[in-house]
Amino acid sequence: MHAVIPYVTAACLFGLGVYGVLRRRNAILVLMSVELMLNAVNLILITADVTTRGRTPYSGAVFALFVIVLAAAEVGVGLAVILQFYRMRRAVVLDEVHLENEPVNR
Amino acid sequence: MTVADALLIALGAVAVGSGALVVLSSHLVRAGLYLVVSLAAIAALYLVLGAELVAWVQVLVYVGAVVVLLLFAVMLTRAPIGASADLDRPAWPAVLVGGGVGLGLAVLLAGAFRWTLYPLPVNGDADRMGEQIFGNWVLPFEVISILLLAALVGAIILSRPDIGATDREEG
Repeated sequence: MHAVIPYVTAACLFGLGVYGVLRRRNAILVLMSVELMLNAVNLILITADVTTRGRTPYSGAVFALFVIVLAAAEVGVGLAVILQFYRMRRAVVLDEVHLENEPVNR
Repeated sequence: MTVADALLIALGAVAVGSGALVVLSSHLVRAGLYLVVSLAAIAALYLVLGAELVAWVQVLVYVGAVVVLLLFAVMLTRAPIGASADLDRPAWPAVLVGGGVGLGLAVLLAGAFRWTLYPLPVNGDADRMGEQIFGNWVLPFEVISILLLAALVGAIILSRPDIGATDREEG
């Protein structure tokens, strides 16, 4: 097994995620891109677990499990924020989020 | 070039291709469905890499729960069914930064690991993973359970209009 294949795959996925976060205006699509980045990191953790079997085996896989749990919590809170914002302003476009001192037109 | 290598290349191509469609598609719902394909391909990559438990947790939590939540959010925010023209910002800064990050990481990792052959790993099933989680990593495990509880309470408070966020004019 050549470890460079999953490593390069993970790098490409991370680049795609960064591209999506910067390119998309819709908040839900930004969350999807964040999921792509988290999965790239998980793939790197699992591959590193294969290539470096140190004193504590499977620690990379355990980290990947923890990251999956954190991502689930992040998506829950993030979608709650997005839905609350949609209920208040009828929009999920990130460019139109008003900052603190700007006038709010409702 | 072994069978594992061929599988890794094929599944990696599927994951990257559908990941590209997630960030390029102009249909909101289609982006979510391509995300399912990408996450499933990554779960299959985990299986090839010998992380069996993580692969099934990925299918359960990501494909089963996270994508369903995202699609629910797409529906609850009344997203248009067809293609929407206003989903994207101008492309070139994102291409510059995203492509730079992806290419840079790929070159870095390829330079670090070369074409080195590694032995196929021992399967990380629930037995061996459980030993590690409840042996070496039991404190982070408990901290994460507290964090999940906090996220649960936070999401409930955020989404209840009577106790949660109020508009500045009213509250």
